[in-house]
Amino acid sequence: MTEILIGLAWVALGSALGGAARFLVSSLLGRVLGETFPWGTLAVNVSGAAAIGAFAAVAVRHGLPDGGAAWQAIVVGFLGGYTTVSSLSLQSLALAQHGARGAAAANIIGSIAAGLAAVALGFALGTALA
Amino acid sequence: MTARETLGLCLAVGLGSLVGGVARAAVSLAALAWLGSGFPWGTLAVNLLGSLAIGFYAGLTGPNGRIEVGLRQRQFVMAGFCGGFTTFSAFSLEILQLLQGQRHAAAGLYIVLSLAAWLAAVWLGDRLGRRPPPA
Repeated sequence: MTEILIGLAWVALGSALGGAARFLVSSLLGRVLGETFPWGTLAVNVSGAAAIGAFAAVAVRHGLPDGGAAWQAIVVGFLGGYTTVSSLSLQSLALAQHGARGAAAANIIGSIAAGLAAVALGFALGTALA
Repeated sequence: MTARETLGLCLAVGLGSLVGGVARAAVSLAALAWLGSGFPWGTLAVNLLGSLAIGFYAGLTGPNGRIEVGLRQRQFVMAGFCGGFTTFSAFSLEILQLLQGQRHAAAGLYIVLSLAAWLAAVWLGDRLGRRPPPA
């Protein structure tokens, strides 16, 4: 029980930092690239997918346990909080509701495809460098 | 937006994400205990529920919504709680792990189920949130 609570404390810390980082990155990108397409959410999700792939490769290489403090804080907490599906869903719905169905489909399918490519690339890089 | 307002929103999102992230970890632990580790049910569940919640709250508090809230509260719930509760990084890693384990059909099923669940949930949430109260 104590182990679960300590794990949740690491998740809490990581999630708070990850969520704040997501807000800063996506609002900065929104300001630079405009708000017509949700580039900010795409950027956090793709970079978060690359990072989780790299960390998973390092964890495999060094035998880090899934329930350990580093995994809870970085993977479950920070990267879990840094990336988001709810904004991706809502922004795709908003694009579709404003008649941009093609952009809505491109956003959600492109995000999944780019996320998969990024996690595989991150894993390969992590394996090569770890 | 002033630096002070941006900092306030950043804190609101961070705090919401803290609560959402802990709730996500709790749902994942429960899904692991009840349904096992063969399929990523926990992530599927949080992403479905989080999409439903953000759609509902966006509809409820939007420009023509029934409830008016400040920007900070809206960001606390939407970008903060819902953003921290859902996760795209774990979703991506789980697909990679299914593929690495030669479970191609499960990976395909996970992608299709997730896509359908996210879109159906956010659409339904938005409809329910916008619905006028019963007369």
